[in-house]
Amino acid sequence: MTVLTASRAALARPGRGRVIAAVLVVFVVLGAILRGVNTLSLVPSDTTALHRWFNDVNHWVSANRNDSPLFLYFFNEIRAFVDGLTTLFQNLISQPSFGRPVPVIGWLGVVAILTLLALAFATLRVALLVVAGFLFIGLQGLWEESMDTLALTLSAVLLALVIGVPLGIWAGLSDRVNAVVTPVLDFLQTMPTFVYLAPFTLLFLIGPASATLVTLVYALPPAVRYTAHGIRSVPRASVEASESLGATGFQRLVGVLLPMSARTIVLGLNQTIMAALSMATVAALIDAPGLGKTILKALQTLDVGVSFNAGLAIVVMAIVLDRLTTAAAARRSRRPSRFRLPLLGVAGLGAIFAVYLSRTYVWAAEFPSDYNIGDDIARHSGSFADWLTSNLSDVTGWLKDTATALLLDPLQTLLVESPWWLVAALLLALAYLLGNLRVTVVTAVCVAGLVFSGLWQDSMTTLAATLLATAATMLLGVAIGVWMARSRRADLVIRPVLDALQVMPPFVYLVPFLALFAASRFTAVLAAVLYAAPVAIKIVADGITAVPATAVEAATASGSSSWQTIWKVQLPMARQSLVLAANQGICYVLAMIVVGGLVGAGALGYDVVAGFSQGELFGKGLTAGFAIVILGIMLNRITQAAADRRRSI
Amino acid sequence: MRDNVKARRVVTGAAAVALLLAGCGGQTIESGSASSGGGSGEDCGTVNIAVNPWVGYEADVAVVQYVAENELGCTVNTKDLTEEVSWQGFASGEIDVILEDWGHPDLEKQYVDEQKVAEKVGENGNVGQIGWFVPPWMAEKYPDITDYKNLNKYADLFKTSESGDKGQVLDGDPSYVTNDEALVKNLDLDYKVVYAGSEAALITAFRQAEEKKEPLLGYFYTPQWFLSEVPLVKVDLPTYEEGCDADPEKVDCDYPETPLTKYARTEFMNSGSAAAELVKNFSWTNDDQNEVAKYIAEDKMDYEDAAKKWVDANQDKVDAWLK
Repeated sequence: MTVLTASRAALARPGRGRVIAAVLVVFVVLGAILRGVNTLSLVPSDTTALHRWFNDVNHWVSANRNDSPLFLYFFNEIRAFVDGLTTLFQNLISQPSFGRPVPVIGWLGVVAILTLLALAFATLRVALLVVAGFLFIGLQGLWEESMDTLALTLSAVLLALVIGVPLGIWAGLSDRVNAVVTPVLDFLQTMPTFVYLAPFTLLFLIGPASATLVTLVYALPPAVRYTAHGIRSVPRASVEASESLGATGFQRLVGVLLPMSARTIVLGLNQTIMAALSMATVAALIDAPGLGKTILKALQTLDVGVSFNAGLAIVVMAIVLDRLTTAAAARRSRRPSRFRLPLLGVAGLGAIFAVYLSRTYVWAAEFPSDYNIGDDIARHSGSFADWLTSNLSDVTGWLKDTATALLLDPLQTLLVESPWWLVAALLLALAYLLGNLRVTVVTAVCVAGLVFSGLWQDSMTTLAATLLATAATMLLGVAIGVWMARSRRADLVIRPVLDALQVMPPFVYLVPFLALFAASRFTAVLAAVLYAAPVAIKIVADGITAVPATAVEAATASGSSSWQTIWKVQLPMARQSLVLAANQGICYVLAMIVVGGLVGAGALGYDVVAGFSQGELFGKGLTAGFAIVILGIMLNRITQAAADRRRSI
Repeated sequence: MRDNVKARRVVTGAAAVALLLAGCGGQTIESGSASSGGGSGEDCGTVNIAVNPWVGYEADVAVVQYVAENELGCTVNTKDLTEEVSWQGFASGEIDVILEDWGHPDLEKQYVDEQKVAEKVGENGNVGQIGWFVPPWMAEKYPDITDYKNLNKYADLFKTSESGDKGQVLDGDPSYVTNDEALVKNLDLDYKVVYAGSEAALITAFRQAEEKKEPLLGYFYTPQWFLSEVPLVKVDLPTYEEGCDADPEKVDCDYPETPLTKYARTEFMNSGSAAAELVKNFSWTNDDQNEVAKYIAEDKMDYEDAAKKWVDANQDKVDAWLK
């Protein structure tokens, strides 16, 4: 990615471009001469003093957990509260409760309530989608598991809103708070969950509380970010108007800021739900109930079909909840119709009646198992995966070998086999040439952190894969994004596929991927691209769509071909979106590094996974998690600064 | 006023539908409720068993749970956890039993010796063996490949995009300790260790290798359900002798046979619960475990059915646990 940006910058300012090219050439030459010197390598089973220190902290917590007042009066209280909340939701919709063999509200009641919510806050179409979606999940034979996942998601999202919205308001009003909060949120989103699974069960014990809190860590950032963003984007004029009318701070907040940013905050709710759902599988590693368990169990016996069925349920739930919240956000601007209130009244009574039925009759409480399509879905998807892997694995094997030999290996050799100080010098030089002095300082701190972590070589291996994955993500993002922006039909077909790819837990397609591409770094790169590309594509597509039609028409009128219009008008005008796509692309690629470790990428991803499963490697896994965060900060700051610098030209 | 009329009409309508449905019948919850648990009615209390994420372990749990619930009337809670987290549960009192431990000296030291919250309750009868394996077709085609001394001769076969110009040794499940880097170095093997990173990746690799007759050398272990699908062949490394793996850097011998062990929370073992007695007596062979694991993994039976099928056929063994 840095290389890509470099060539783009070169067009803008020939002088600097030549310097960058010279730096790269010097680096390659020196790297070839000094190959294998000072590479700071560390065998996977080895640890450094830092890693062992983290282990000691872990042991200390475990040994003192039961007598330290910190635990008795702080962590245990949090635990009791969160446990209660999650269990309450489970009792309501998923688990037998209050001495009855069924939850308080049966399937009919749940569907009715959600439909009512859709009618009240969204549209009739969304309400129909809710009914269809949840009936489908029931027919898959996964009602109880899905409700467990929903209960966990609801309690995590609720907590995320209770904490996130006030924090977001504060960050929206104060630049200083924002400056403190933003890096913390970056950290929460980039730190791999695997790293804190075991510590969380140490702090909050095994049970729903830990599962909910692990999910919360990941779901909180969007709640804060969107709220802050919403508050910040309220036009200054409106704020000033309310000031001149003598409104107090609180009145301004409630009367102007919150109503005007409500739409953005609801979109934040949407992202919070998506983030929470995406944690379902990982949280299952510490006994979180629900669909994640089904997927992990199926993975143990390589049952692709069963895990696909469960993954599909997550996708369906995510899409339904996404459309519900998105429509709710869009609705505010429209005028309610005359029939709305009476209609809602009827629907409300219907819902109450449905809840009553679901408390009284078995058929409305437990989803009838007579019509099960889940087994068929599992069987067909399983045999489709088999067919795919047995017929394509020759082609895909060749693809893997070629891409590895031509792209990944050379890049990795340069970064991994060169002396660490040479790579560090290159990174600093690029940060300075592409960005500015400030970014160079940040980069220096990051490099120091990586060296200190004792995981320099693993970090460079991961960096090589990350750069390649991000480059591929951007290529796909631009190609498909432009296509979607220019063709309404393409957009209609592709967008749901992107949604599904984003939400489908990677554990579901792990096995077919492994069968096609073997346990290799390439598989990891591919998994990362598959996860990151949808986001990049959507951002690019939205950016290009936002380019004023007049600009495009002017270009067409002056005789530009389609290519010229895209290249000279649409892409440059959507540059801000391209930068955002690159930044998000990097974040998403980094989020998949741990999954990469599960499919043969080794390096930091493997360190994290091994740290989770082996006590002796806990400290190393934690350090690897920090290293991933550091890589993320470094790459994002450099690309951001490069983009800012170009803008100022 | 008009609204009122409308509302009343709706209520009447709804009531009519309700009557209609009630008239049609349908089992009500109270009458349809299942009685909780079966068993002999004896008060055995509750036992929390950790379920570690592999099928063999699940087979252990399925059978113990089945026996505890049906013969002793215990309430069994199973919790899906990884090994490290299961041990934490001993300290917090949320886990009573681990049925199959492959050896965690550090955790043992922490929770048994230092915190004294857990204790070893004997072996479960299964014997674990970690080692290097090749798919059966290779052992057939190259009979001498099962001796490590010949591995260098075949190194070219095992080259992949990940191992470069050396042969690949595919290491897998990150939850097991591996000596493979040291083995490669100390035995002068022309190989590179590549980390697959998950059991799923390892099994997929071996399955593909046997299906497509592709070469593969990898780390694997028995008992494991997959061996009943593809009977991998073990490569003999220098014979294990006491102490040859003492220094992780200098290991030059095969992995030792590991008798798999049961651990339990001390308080639970002293509680006098019938379940504690069962856990203490539970012991079966690798073949027993593989059979139940096969019911679960390949025949896709749920745990209860799988356990029942085995228990019905092996009542004598079960009786020995209960005496």
